[in-house]
Amino acid sequence: MTSFDLATVLPEVLLAAYAMLALLAGVYSGKDKLTGAITWATAAVFVALAAYISFGMAGAASTGFGGLIVDDDFARFAEVTILLSSAVVLVMAQDYMARADLDRFEYPILIALAVVGMMVMVSAADLMTLYMGLELQSLALYVITALRRDSVKSTEAGLKYFVLGALSSGLLLYGASLVYGYAGSTNFAAITAAAGTGAAPIGLLIGMVFVLAGMAFKVSAAPFHMWTPDVYEGAPTPITAFLATAPKVAAMALIARVVQDAFGGVINDWSQVLAALSVASMFLGAIAAIGQRDIKRLMAYSSIAHMGFALMGLAAGTALGVQAMLVYMSIYVIMNIGTFAFILSLERDGQSVTDIASLNQFAKTEPLKALAVLVLMFSLAGVPPLLGFWGKFGVLLAAYDAGMAWLALAGAIASVIGAFYYLRIIYFMYFGSDVAPATSRMSRVQWAVFIAASFAVVAGTINLFGLEGPATAAAEALLG
Amino acid sequence: MTVADTAFYAFASITILAGLMVTLARNPVHSVLWLILAFLSASCLFVLLGAEFVAMLLIIVYVGAVAVLFLFVVMMLDVDFAELKGEMSQYAPLGLAIGVVIIMQLVLSVGAWQTSVGAEAARAAVTPDMGSVENTRALGLLMYDQYLLLFQLSGLVLLVAMIGAIVLTLRHRRDVKRQNVLHQMWRDPAKAMEVKDVKSGQGL
Repeated sequence: MTSFDLATVLPEVLLAAYAMLALLAGVYSGKDKLTGAITWATAAVFVALAAYISFGMAGAASTGFGGLIVDDDFARFAEVTILLSSAVVLVMAQDYMARADLDRFEYPILIALAVVGMMVMVSAADLMTLYMGLELQSLALYVITALRRDSVKSTEAGLKYFVLGALSSGLLLYGASLVYGYAGSTNFAAITAAAGTGAAPIGLLIGMVFVLAGMAFKVSAAPFHMWTPDVYEGAPTPITAFLATAPKVAAMALIARVVQDAFGGVINDWSQVLAALSVASMFLGAIAAIGQRDIKRLMAYSSIAHMGFALMGLAAGTALGVQAMLVYMSIYVIMNIGTFAFILSLERDGQSVTDIASLNQFAKTEPLKALAVLVLMFSLAGVPPLLGFWGKFGVLLAAYDAGMAWLALAGAIASVIGAFYYLRIIYFMYFGSDVAPATSRMSRVQWAVFIAASFAVVAGTINLFGLEGPATAAAEALLG
Repeated sequence: MTVADTAFYAFASITILAGLMVTLARNPVHSVLWLILAFLSASCLFVLLGAEFVAMLLIIVYVGAVAVLFLFVVMMLDVDFAELKGEMSQYAPLGLAIGVVIIMQLVLSVGAWQTSVGAEAARAAVTPDMGSVENTRALGLLMYDQYLLLFQLSGLVLLVAMIGAIVLTLRHRRDVKRQNVLHQMWRDPAKAMEVKDVKSGQGL
């Protein structure tokens, strides 16, 4: 090990060291007095690291620790997205956590450790590093899902997530062992060299499918989605907001990393698997969401459908597809943060509510917030010219360019079906009946995040905030 | 077939049988005992591979600590396993069908199994010559040098597990008296005790 090795994982090391310091501070200062300070400090560390990664670490790709980990533009893009979205989710939910009596100082620390895991995931260059990052992230998520430990729903969600997550880890490990059995190494570059080009040999093929299935669990792509609605509904809402954003980006980037870096030569073999996952997720997400009466469950199905679209970009197997996926995930995160900032604020008689009926006539009492929700819902549905449309347009174009016109067509159809339930939320807000309306209470930070997100989906249509340039560089770093 | 081959097949079949019995046994305590047998025969397989240290670890850690802990948990949990199994049996046909399909695929893949050209060499490259370097030393060289990053990451995973266990289970109860060791040690005998001279035949 040299200082050069350490330089490739410097942000991860700093974040882990910060988490341990914060843990000591929290433990020695007595019970949960410092929660607010630790939450803000964690968010500040996230933002500082994101700034350091985007401005201080630029340069060519480098591998460290004998090829266990890689630091390239792709990893940096994903890491910055993960860090920024986690920081926003932390600060916007702090008020809610305090009111719901969930403000335990371990919460921001567990999030910080989960983020370390995600950063390792997106920069993994070896199946073992991949697994360690994935486990670090998942374990922290299982715990925070069950954070409201006196509620049956929250603990059940945590347990369900844990058992199914363990099963998916088992699938992934089994696949990894088969891949190792074929290639004789767990290193991505060595696997690519052993796999060659053309059709994959059977051992490698089965191993690869198992690995993909394990990772599809983590992005909740159909048919590995069944934990998602229950976990989203059972977990406290701020944690649902976290689950729906950063971990999805990390897992999606991980899939891109594995298929392109480790199996880049046998593109036809995984492209069809990803295309099947993509079609199943898009349609399941669009159709199953129609019957939902709970906003959090609805957002769960919405995220399944969105994952289907992002997978479509990956299924294309081109640099354009990876770039479209990265842009799509960034847009998805912005829209979800805005939507969850709103869901967090809904309450009736001081109790949080999440049923759709609580939105009845919302526009009459809060016209500005209703307008912002309207913009976010249109964007989630992919109505042009909002930001969500450009995300979908990018992946459809990538699929079409790669000669998968049928996939792009299926995506367009699923998008139209899915628009129904987003529009229904708007319908309830503006034209719903006058039963059981809810109020919306937001802290100042939450309000700012909410309005900024809905403003972003409008303003971003001008140039996508210049996301395309870095995303292209990232995609080229991955494929190059 | 050499002795080593015979031993391998014997222990391999015992492992599979024990694994099967873990799920099939009616009594959960028996399941744990079958699990211990599976661990034991797996460690025998490690010995056959020349990995004595890992074999000993498997026995000490898994049989000695984990399985015994399991046994305690299973005995202390008040769960009606028969009822749970009854509920699960309605999904048995579907599970069985999926299992059969997966087994058939695995058999097919074993039948057509081939490794890449350099696989054996790549696999052997990480392990030093077993004749000159003993097990623990070889493992240490790998873990603390080449795989330092993974070693530290597993440390973080354990830290998360520890924080998680405390977050989910620790309750600060106010109605319980706690021992404060420093407070006890600082107690002054002169203040804490009073010596009274009690005359015989009189009470206090």
